[in-house]
Amino acid sequence: MEITLTVNGEKVTADVEPRTLLVHFIRDELRLTGTHVGCETSYCGACTIHLNGEAIKSCTTLAVQADGAEITTIEGLADGETLHPVQEGFWERHGLQCGFCTPGMIMQAAKIIEENPDPSEDEIRHGIDGNLCRCTGYHNIVKAIEYAAAKARGEEPEPAEWETV
Amino acid sequence: MYPREFEYVAAGSVEEAAQLLEDNPGAKVMSGGMSLIPMMKLRLLSPELVVDIGRIPGLNTIEDRGDHIAIGALVRQRQIAESPLIPMALKTAAAQTGDAQVRNTATFAGAIAHADVAADTPTAFVALGGTIVAKCVDGEREIAADACFVDTLTSALEANEILTEVRIPKSGGGSAYDKLGRRGGHTDYSVAGAAAWVADSSGRECRVAVGGVGTIPALASGVMEAMASGASPEDAAERACEGITVLEDLYGSEEYKSHLAKVFVRRALEQAMANAS
Ligand SMILES: Cc1cc2nc3c(=O)[nH]c(=O)nc-3n(C[C@H](O)[C@H](O)[C@H](O)COP(=O)(O)OP(=O)(O)OC[C@H]3O[C@@H](n4cnc5c(N)ncnc54)[C@H](O)[C@@H]3O)c2cc1C
Ligand code: FES
Ligand code: FES
Repeated sequence: MEITLTVNGEKVTADVEPRTLLVHFIRDELRLTGTHVGCETSYCGACTIHLNGEAIKSCTTLAVQADGAEITTIEGLADGETLHPVQEGFWERHGLQCGFCTPGMIMQAAKIIEENPDPSEDEIRHGIDGNLCRCTGYHNIVKAIEYAAAKARGEEPEPAEWETV
Repeated sequence: MYPREFEYVAAGSVEEAAQLLEDNPGAKVMSGGMSLIPMMKLRLLSPELVVDIGRIPGLNTIEDRGDHIAIGALVRQRQIAESPLIPMALKTAAAQTGDAQVRNTATFAGAIAHADVAADTPTAFVALGGTIVAKCVDGEREIAADACFVDTLTSALEANEILTEVRIPKSGGGSAYDKLGRRGGHTDYSVAGAAAWVADSSGRECRVAVGGVGTIPALASGVMEAMASGASPEDAAERACEGITVLEDLYGSEEYKSHLAKVFVRRALEQAMANAS
């Protein structure tokens, strides 16, 4: 089946089998390998992308369902050389260790702060319910998202914990 | 994990979708795909044709129609969780469904059609009452909430029918939903859950449904009878599993799940009564 969609601002047309999962289309056909496959069962969130402006799990979406849609993947989040506030937050607050969960975590976090510019710690933790991390214990991920939210509001983020001890 | 090969059609209208189902007995409807795609990946289902109704215009609104709220087939769990028109039991159940990404894609109607006893919104739907509208090429029919669920993963919809709308009566009073999620707290499918609607803060006139523990979300008629005769929520909750075959599963023994059902029936009733006042 022929599908046409916009991926990170660029129009793409491709011929896909109906059973092709969107995440495989993105990784294997478009070679955008920033979007990860962790569980393939819709639980881990490593495959999170934005479809028509909403965070979704691309391992549980068919590529044909995205016909006509606009998609943003982790590769399309930064503004040129300027990192998205969430990317900057993960960098500044060490929101990753192995990095496997990071693209999905960042895509979901970008939506959390877009929809709720001043989220509480509880709201952040619930917001990433659908993203599993095997390394960090989530602590620095929450700190990274708090940093990003402050930055996006135009405020100076709280100093890092290790700078205050 | 790829599904088996299948044909795919994105239907442009309910009529087109109904005709496709009529002409292809091996076809399956897809809305959000959040249950259908996992079932197909696991090859528990291998339809020859997937009829995607996800692009049909006009099916994703929540409308106040005076005596009932009409929820279109493509309204997602997230919209239910955020809408001021939706009674508290259903709002809460939707907010506690899966995670943010799942709620962005999964529809409420799809959850009813999928008929998983561990799902949250179907339990709230049974307690609130109301109907679903099922359409096929021959016309449409309404099915009452407590008749929608037949058996494990089996709804009352025929293979050629499309659920186009869910109607929830505006009965006033108060309602509530509470559960234990598989990942603890309110997260993930329910190990056990209960929803209650009460006409007023006395709770005497009520509808209570239990989910997670048997094969279908079911009305707890024993609890309703006890409440009608003036029992306290705590005493009435003792009858939570009357008429339900509680099944042991990966998440708990029969005894544990029966206990949880009582706890959540009591909590849902107490909260609904508080919400009514
Ligand atoms: C990771 C994950 C976590 C989840 N956690 C929870 C949870 O905590 N609680 C909970 O309650 N649920 C949970 N769910 C289930 C989710 O709510 C359902 O998958 C979803 O609501 C089903 O709707 P859908 O639009 O995706 O349906 P689909 O997957 O498209 O369809 C599901 C079934 O219903 C049929 N169908 C769908 N729409 C119609 C229609 N309009 N007419 C006729 N038949 C139809 C399909 O043929 C299929 O058999 C979870 C799902 C996932 C993937
Ligand atoms: S790979 Fe999609 S949720 Fe894990
Ligand atoms: S950083 Fe390794 S899984 Fe999250």
